Amino acid sequence: MAIKKFAVACYDDEEVLFPAVKKVRNSGYKLHDVYTPFPVHGLDQALGLKDTDLHVAGFIYGLTGTATALGFMSWIFTKDWPVNFGGKPYLSLPAFIPIVFELTVLFSAVGMVMTFCYLNQIMPGVKKHVFHPRQTDDYFVIAIELNDQVTEQEAIDFLKSTGAVETSVQVAEDSWWYGWFDKKEAYELA
Amino acid sequence: MHLKYESFVREPLVNGDKSYRQITEDIISPIERKPGRMWYVGFFFSICLLMFGVFSVFWEVYWGIGVWGINRTVGWGWDITNFVWWVGIGHAGTLISAILLLFRQGWRTGVNRAAEAMTIFAVMCAGQFPIFHMGRVWDAMYVLPYPNTRGPLWPNFNSALLWDVFAISTYFTVSLLFWYSGLVPDFATIRDRAKTKLRKRLYGLASFGWTGTAKNWQRHEALSLVLAGLSTPLVLSVHTIVSFDFATSVIPGWHTTIFPPYFVAGAVFSGFAMVQTLLILIRKILHLEDYITLGHIEAMNKVIVLTGSIVGVAYLTELFMAWYSAVEYEQAAFNWRILGPYWWSYWAMMVCNVVSPQLFWFKKLRRNIPFTFIMSIVVNIGMWFERFVIIVTSLYRDYLPGSWTYYSPTWPEVGFYLGTFGLFFTCFFLFAKYFPVIAVAEIKFVLKTSGENYKKKMAVIEEKTAEDFLHEQHEHAH
Repeated sequence: MAIKKFAVACYDDEEVLFPAVKKVRNSGYKLHDVYTPFPVHGLDQALGLKDTDLHVAGFIYGLTGTATALGFMSWIFTKDWPVNFGGKPYLSLPAFIPIVFELTVLFSAVGMVMTFCYLNQIMPGVKKHVFHPRQTDDYFVIAIELNDQVTEQEAIDFLKSTGAVETSVQVAEDSWWYGWFDKKEAYELA
Repeated sequence: MHLKYESFVREPLVNGDKSYRQITEDIISPIERKPGRMWYVGFFFSICLLMFGVFSVFWEVYWGIGVWGINRTVGWGWDITNFVWWVGIGHAGTLISAILLLFRQGWRTGVNRAAEAMTIFAVMCAGQFPIFHMGRVWDAMYVLPYPNTRGPLWPNFNSALLWDVFAISTYFTVSLLFWYSGLVPDFATIRDRAKTKLRKRLYGLASFGWTGTAKNWQRHEALSLVLAGLSTPLVLSVHTIVSFDFATSVIPGWHTTIFPPYFVAGAVFSGFAMVQTLLILIRKILHLEDYITLGHIEAMNKVIVLTGSIVGVAYLTELFMAWYSAVEYEQAAFNWRILGPYWWSYWAMMVCNVVSPQLFWFKKLRRNIPFTFIMSIVVNIGMWFERFVIIVTSLYRDYLPGSWTYYSPTWPEVGFYLGTFGLFFTCFFLFAKYFPVIAVAEIKFVLKTSGENYKKKMAVIEEKTAEDFLHEQHEHAH
């Protein structure tokens, strides 16, 4: 977490965004992130992002659920409190299937959503800098991190040349914060 | 140029000349406006119903289950009928949000948010019935397997009723997570265009600080897909397990292997009918005709006629099996269903569920909104009678003629049912006011492939021959 200076470009169409992303990546500027109002297919490849392993996590959580349900019921019905139901076997596995299935699904879903929130660093009360209020509406936003090597003007001119409809320079916290961050530091940097 | 688009055979999913911004405006602005008069009237009416329901339940808890009309022979009456009815209604929401996602059905985007909300509220209503049916509701937590001072004494994991506890609670949780994970980006949209401080703060909390980075969206897509994959077998399991409540017993009329698929088909059938009832109202009141189009309504009517026919086949199979099994108890049960003192419920079920949906084979009727609205209510009445027939007409004449009886509900039972309508519609009115009733991000995602205006742009290209088009592209490249 740190306060940094960004050059921001807004595009109004994903078909302009793709070539722009390509140009930014080839230009050597440090690409901070790309924000879109809806999932744009192919953008992760264009940015060179790896595929997410979230579904693997989901599988592991699911297995945990299966093991929990099976182990728990087997332990109760064979060790902790065996009950004779009409002479049927204590370890009545077929009758365990429904609950084993439900717990598999439950663990997997809950675990995945929690992992999703953790990886994305989202939670009620968490704040993140919104570069443009329309980035969740109809703008596709590219943010470039600025450093000593480039001037603001250079970066802005470059972004304009990629077809941006709106550009700006912003000083902002680069990740999440909880409610507030040091405004003084931001002021000094600006 | 955007060259990905859907075949012209398919109707556009979004009508009118829409841009991304216009979509946001159309769907979010009702949240920012004061609700209309109809909303207040409806909300007030729902609250009244809910209050009456609360009073009815209070009456039952205070005096005991004896104030209900159920007796020693008919132990399950309106309460379990309503439970199965409400759970069934929930199934359409998951079918739309999960199964149609796996099948890549684009039209689900217009209706999935409201349908999922309906699922969640319906399951909330359903859950009330078995809980209060327990009688001593303060001991309701005994069904949960928690370490207790009674031994610890565990519930019977071999019981279909306990499977239900797990199925319904898992179903509720997973549906809620699925629904909410879709809502997070839309809440962020509301937050970022909010004009008032309070709205910005509340939707800021609700949106979890979502900003929509490429990586977040990638994970979001993965999450939606896996949750859909989990919900699909889950939704089938839920009504299967509900049907086990009956099928694992030895009551004539219940003890059949056809119950799981028959219950699932019936659930989807009644659920789609409820979706129709709600969406026809919503699209009118919130002016969302461009997003919930006639095409959507027709698609859902097709599902209704399909599942209605499956249900019809199941009814006839039951009759056939009763005859073919040569079990006289089974035959007697069905004979009394059709001709006994409850004949009216059986025939109401048959007419509403089997005969009336067949009218949807006519395209004109599938695309007729008032007709669809009436049919959606007819189907739900029919499906309520189906559960009533299964439960009450299998129980009221048991093996011992001395304990044969006739069951009718008392006012606290009816009040409880009306109360769940109050709960359902109270939740739904709040949802319609404060939540985006259509998945904004998902609609934007399909706009360029299925929007009317974008499809029109493609008409020019469609007319060209393949050679001409290739040639042009080639020229263009130079």
